[in-house]
Amino acid sequence: MLSCKDVSKLLSDRLDRQLGLMERVRLRMHLVMCTGCSRVERQLAFLREAFSGFVKPTDRE
Amino acid sequence: LNAKITPSDLAEHRPYLLKYAVLQVGQREVAEDLVQEVMLAAMKGAAGFSGRASVRTWLTAILLNKVADHRRQAGREVSLEAQQEALGADSIEAMFRANGSYASMPQEWRNPEESLTDKRFSDALEACLGRLSELGRQVFLLRELMGLSIEEICKELGLTATNCSVLLHRGRMRLRGCLEDGWFAKRQKQR
Repeated sequence: MLSCKDVSKLLSDRLDRQLGLMERVRLRMHLVMCTGCSRVERQLAFLREAFSGFVKPTDRE
Repeated sequence: LNAKITPSDLAEHRPYLLKYAVLQVGQREVAEDLVQEVMLAAMKGAAGFSGRASVRTWLTAILLNKVADHRRQAGREVSLEAQQEALGADSIEAMFRANGSYASMPQEWRNPEESLTDKRFSDALEACLGRLSELGRQVFLLRELMGLSIEEICKELGLTATNCSVLLHRGRMRLRGCLEDGWFAKRQKQR
């Protein structure tokens, strides 16, 4: 079984590379049962969104 | 679309570029020199601006090149020791118990999108970034701000791919923890 620490690494890696099939399966199985990791998953996605807005400027025409 | 760069564009983006440069190189004087070079290069190269990217993105790209030049000149290929040091500084051991479960349960962030338009939130975000190691911060910014791939970041900084992804993992986890304590927890209490 993956620990939450292992899962957090996969959640991070997933933002940088395509996960392998087994990684995806084990990740999904853990996320179904784990509230904490599901929150972290959403939070990491939010972090990415926050920084994409950092550079994306108010484009002036 | 008639794309043009004017001196007032440059003045407008200067504070952002400076902030970004300071985060990248860590020293204010060096950062100011680099931004000055960006301004000169931008004036000279204004004709090459296609208008496809935003002005800020275009300027940031020039800055990133200047930062890379600076790093090469300074001979700052990041040594293995320095990589180890950054990994130690950004350790996330304290966030987990020995069995790998969370030492303190991650909380639900309510309506996080609302924060994106809040000026105080970008201050909080920056403060959290400031708590990462310099290398951890650089890797994170190259990835999230500039959208470089892991391979490109490794090449740019001379890191191993493993260290690169470990630094990103630690950086992200530390940032989420820092934002939770320093922003979301306080915000929810106020309601």
